[in-house]
Amino acid sequence: MLLQVEIDEPRCVAAGHCVVAAPEVFDQRDDDGVVILLDANPPGDEHERVREAALLCPAAAILVRDRGGAP
Amino acid sequence: MPEPKVLPIAARAAGCPFDPAAALYESQKDDALQRVKVPSPLLGEFDAVAITRYEDVKSALSDDRLQMGFVFDPDQPRTMLNQPGNLLNYNGADHSRLRRMLTGAFTIKRVRSLRPMIEAIVEARLDALEEEGHGADLVTVFSTPIPTQVICELLGVPYEDRDDFQRRAKVGLDVNTTREEQIQNLKDMDAYMATLVAGHREQPGDNLLGGVVRDYGAELSDDELVGIGNMLLIAGHETTASMLSASAALLLENPDQATIMRDEPEAVDGAIEELLRYVAPATIMPRQAAEDFCLRDDEVIKQGERVVVSILVANRDAGSGDQDLDVLDVRRPPQPHVTFGYGAHQCLGQQLARMELRVALPALFKRFPGLRLAEPDQKIDYRTTALVFGVNRLPVAW
Repeated sequence: MLLQVEIDEPRCVAAGHCVVAAPEVFDQRDDDGVVILLDANPPGDEHERVREAALLCPAAAILVRDRGGAP
Repeated sequence: MPEPKVLPIAARAAGCPFDPAAALYESQKDDALQRVKVPSPLLGEFDAVAITRYEDVKSALSDDRLQMGFVFDPDQPRTMLNQPGNLLNYNGADHSRLRRMLTGAFTIKRVRSLRPMIEAIVEARLDALEEEGHGADLVTVFSTPIPTQVICELLGVPYEDRDDFQRRAKVGLDVNTTREEQIQNLKDMDAYMATLVAGHREQPGDNLLGGVVRDYGAELSDDELVGIGNMLLIAGHETTASMLSASAALLLENPDQATIMRDEPEAVDGAIEELLRYVAPATIMPRQAAEDFCLRDDEVIKQGERVVVSILVANRDAGSGDQDLDVLDVRRPPQPHVTFGYGAHQCLGQQLARMELRVALPALFKRFPGLRLAEPDQKIDYRTTALVFGVNRLPVAW
């Protein structure tokens, strides 16, 4: 399965939940804490963590789309 | 429209200070939103829409049409809340602009780098407890000074000023003071904060406030910088102190849970999340509708109506899940909660608060493995009536 991750950067409030939930996929800019997307198509073992990050984001700034495809 | 009923929106169950009042659970079951009367020391009694379900609280707090109720009014007397620079006074683009000047100081990386400083503060407080001996009040000796001293570090308060600073912070929260004392204390606090700001203007310190002056000083007035300093004090002080005291009290009442906190380092992060969910020191959060809109598709909230969400009962709402969220279980897989709010105003300092709790609580039970209430049958003096839930006094022994 393929996962497409997108960031709605203006919405980000720099709460940091995504960095804690999925540090391989998300980081924060040093100057204002805004999210940096490290991997827009994370591998399968990251999917659960990415979904948790999207769920915890208080600003709904993380969009996760299931692109289907082979597992 | 029926006369609004009085829902004890901040009330807790009789005899169970950690549990929401039964009426709040009843309200969760209601398919129609309830209008209630909310007593408020700041606004007098006001009518508000009560929001108690977890999903509704998330929707409400992340909806831009619901705005902060305490918008800055320069024509009103200056108070700790009514001043520029306080994020609670801004909405929309103005809020985002100001918040992003501060978020760099609270990234995961930055907060992790503060850990050694927090550990040193906690160790010194544990030494102070030990020195005080049996009967020491955990609230005064441990829970309150830890967040105050962390804030002193962030603002760059020199050591020689810290006793005065802590005294003013304490007076600011003391309900047993006169109006005159509060006005004078606020003046002193503003004046002191202004000297800190002037110092950072001259030479920005290597700390949060110094960094804001260095990076954004040209865009911010001195008044706004003073307001930012005061906001960090108000927002970061009482809530964290209350979380520390209430968590310690809760763990003393649940020794099996305290043992996990003490002996299982890998369980600490999850345990802190559970304590945050369960204690919810900021019990309610108010908003006001900037325009008409619908919650739950068909429940209309009118422009100008006030809304109050109950954080406490929302955190106990299991929704369609099968967990009993009225039970404290520090080993539970972390449950999402709204203790720090939700949406654009979600607590700026939440990662710092978590770090303080993660350092302080395990260290307390490690230093004093036999920690207990000072008196047998001692009744814990919970503070259930104030806006921030906590403990008034917590004499302990070991």
